[in-house]
Amino acid sequence: MSASDKTDALVGVHDLAVDFRVDETTTLAAVRGISFDIPRCASVALVGESGSGKSATALAMLGLLPGENATVRPGSQVLYAGRNLLEITPRELRSLRGVDISMVFQEPMSSLNPVFTVGFQLGEVLTKRLQFSRRQARVRALELLREVGIPEPATRIGAYPFELSGGQQQRVMIAMAIACEPKLLIADEPTTGLDATVQKQILELIAGLQRRRQMSMLFITHDLALVGEIADHVVVMRDGEIREQGSVRQIFEAPRDAYTRALLACRPPLGRRPRRLPVIDDFLKQPPVSVMDIPERSRGLLGNEEIVLEVRHLAKSFYLRDGLFRTREFKAVKDASFKLAKGKTLGLVGESGSGKTTLGLMLVRLHKASGGQALFDGRDLLSMPPETAMAYKRRIQIVFQNPYASLNPRFTVGQILIEPMKIHAIGAGEADRRALACELLEKVGLPQASFFRYPHEFSGGQRQRIAIARCLTMKPDVLICDESVSALDVSVQAQLLNLLQDLQDEYRMSFIFISHDLAVIRYMADQVLVMSAGEIVETGDSDEIYSNPRHPYTRKLLGSMPQAWRH
Amino acid sequence: MSTNALALPAGGHAGSRGLWVLAWLRFCRDRVGLVSLAVVVIYFAIVAASRIGWIAGDWSKEVGVSYAPPSVMGPDAAPAAAAAPDATAGPVADDTGVVDPLAEELAEIRNGLAGLSDSEPRAATLAFGGDKWGRDVLQKAIKGTETSLLVGLAAALLAAFLGTLFGAQAGYHGGWVDDLFNWFYSVFTSIPYLLLILAIAAVLNQKGTATVILILGLTGWTGIFRLVRAEYMKHKVREYVRAADVIGASDARRMFVHILPNVSHVVLVQISLHVVLFIKSEVVLSFLGFGVGVDTVSWGSMLNEAQNELILGKWWQLAAATAAMAVLVTAFSLLTDALRDALDPRIK
Repeated sequence: MSASDKTDALVGVHDLAVDFRVDETTTLAAVRGISFDIPRCASVALVGESGSGKSATALAMLGLLPGENATVRPGSQVLYAGRNLLEITPRELRSLRGVDISMVFQEPMSSLNPVFTVGFQLGEVLTKRLQFSRRQARVRALELLREVGIPEPATRIGAYPFELSGGQQQRVMIAMAIACEPKLLIADEPTTGLDATVQKQILELIAGLQRRRQMSMLFITHDLALVGEIADHVVVMRDGEIREQGSVRQIFEAPRDAYTRALLACRPPLGRRPRRLPVIDDFLKQPPVSVMDIPERSRGLLGNEEIVLEVRHLAKSFYLRDGLFRTREFKAVKDASFKLAKGKTLGLVGESGSGKTTLGLMLVRLHKASGGQALFDGRDLLSMPPETAMAYKRRIQIVFQNPYASLNPRFTVGQILIEPMKIHAIGAGEADRRALACELLEKVGLPQASFFRYPHEFSGGQRQRIAIARCLTMKPDVLICDESVSALDVSVQAQLLNLLQDLQDEYRMSFIFISHDLAVIRYMADQVLVMSAGEIVETGDSDEIYSNPRHPYTRKLLGSMPQAWRH
Repeated sequence: MSTNALALPAGGHAGSRGLWVLAWLRFCRDRVGLVSLAVVVIYFAIVAASRIGWIAGDWSKEVGVSYAPPSVMGPDAAPAAAAAPDATAGPVADDTGVVDPLAEELAEIRNGLAGLSDSEPRAATLAFGGDKWGRDVLQKAIKGTETSLLVGLAAALLAAFLGTLFGAQAGYHGGWVDDLFNWFYSVFTSIPYLLLILAIAAVLNQKGTATVILILGLTGWTGIFRLVRAEYMKHKVREYVRAADVIGASDARRMFVHILPNVSHVVLVQISLHVVLFIKSEVVLSFLGFGVGVDTVSWGSMLNEAQNELILGKWWQLAAATAAMAVLVTAFSLLTDALRDALDPRIK
């Protein structure tokens, strides 16, 4: 629809196609001939899951693709001010980059140079690009820092990047991007990896700047929920192709494409709790399922459940060296107490640094607790000597966040699954263990042939399934999921949440579900603990907490949830 | 279900390639790497053949005249002229009436020193020339390669073993174990390298190949220790190691079954780097006279002899040892680079 009025377009992308060379024989078509316009003074959101080609599109527009293995196919056009950006000289392109078109990258920590102060890096943009004098640059840098909402800009201008929080670093990156008053700002996943409350602030800042400065913006994200708050137009990409583009209202209210509908539906909804989440395949097959047809599941505790794990006054302190002889105590977890019911899920929610992961790691004895007890079968897990703990170890298992790091790359899947069985003498003999491993692979939705393959041959979602299968070999009573689905695409996330729920229903396992994602916690948890700065600030049934938050922090957290689309 | 599972092939699975296989495929795309691998393999084949005794078995046999020049240069006229006065001197005059019982032996030694032998004929030229005693330099170089490569490889393996073992302990356990090993490391590295080598050589007070291997191995582990320690510190907090902890794997299992294969590429590259380093160190040691014994030949001992010969203009022993060493060291260094690229593609 934006293609209709060409005169209004600031940038026009026509038939853009990008190939990546994987090795001598294989090339991957990352972007396959896409066309869309970016109108003046409007923001366009490019939405897609990993591998959809959204970042490659942005890099191609700026001529930043790695030259040795990426090629833009002839015939591709990126029109800006009557010129095709793909054909102008590198020198001309450099003079546009940063001045007319600038970019905010995903990771502020690695985008800022750690050995220079914020003021120096910001001033460099101004002196190099706009030929400001040093004095002018400093004045302008202060204005910019104030504009992006850095508190006390006069002192922060001399700060090094590591002295700032992640959110503040991203604000500095945004200040650098807008320093030359660009006509187009490209933001590539600018809030990924930031806490929900910080994400909300950054989004508001970007949206405000775009309106105030009359810029155009290309906002790239994997999260459709963010788009509703920031974009005018939405382009949905999958596998290098545009599935659908239209106004934000049309995308949310009347999505035409099955894939868009699937993306909207596979995020756990806030209003209701279907027994299982719809996945992409449900929408792509005929006839598509209706989300409303899936029966709901009720959550919460009745109060008479059997308790498998009781945690009392759990505490963890880290000691930081402070000066030559002194140490400073840092309390990561303070006095945490809760009970975990059999076959139920306890959701642990909080922002980064709230101590939720530390708490999980203490329960599997990866961190030594500073105080408190964790009663399991009437015995304290934390004070046991290692030999006694072995018998209990298999009964509490953990699935980590990063599926790419949690499997040993030199082991085959078979070795990964059989190792815990060997250690705990599960199964009689090698053949028995092998049979059990294959059975579990099938249970987590992987073909049996996976047994002989290596982790690097699997995608993130599949690797997480392998990690879950590894835990299942020991038939644990408690499974701790530490941000286990956070790193995955929404569609894969939905599949894994369904898998975990099926496993809980089948084996009556108890879950401790640690996540910063409030929607996932609401969907999965019977009971929710809200953590902030090492303390549990609120506990309750999940419906109760979400509909009637009492603690101000809980209210703030819930207020920062992306609302997708407000009618 | 279970019968189905048991019917799966017992061995590997077609179409599934481990990281080592992938690394090998990457290596095969590196032309320089393949050529240097071929050169190194040829060296190893020569060394193996000489070890068994197929070639260069009689390197110590005096087959040519003293300082026999290479065939291309033609025979040297000098030795015959130099030997003439000795030959005319004749037996020592008998003025006591007692026959000198050593006269014959002395005469033979005198002839031997002059490059003459009455027992067998000596060649005037040799393919690559001869040394002072008329031994074939080519055979010497082959035998020297055997010694030097053996010393380099064995010392590198010893150093890698020590470095990996200490590095694994220090990096994995941290705390006082780490402090202890670091203290040990600091002491070792604070002594100048050559001085340390000479000190250990003086303590062992015994010449021979095994001594040289021990000296180099015991002093050369420090660099590997440092690297392996850093790798272990990095890996021990990785999630796959933590996951192994949660499933109940012991410390030793985590250290050597889980982490070691994941850092082994570092060790492998270090081994090949150290082979080169130790071959050169052996040369230095032999040159200084702390090297292999007089009954063995190595590149170092050849170079040691060459310094006197060079004054006389006899350059061929120097050339043979240098060429053999330069080719191997270059090939090994290039191989190391190729290995690093293949095993750790992130650097590229």
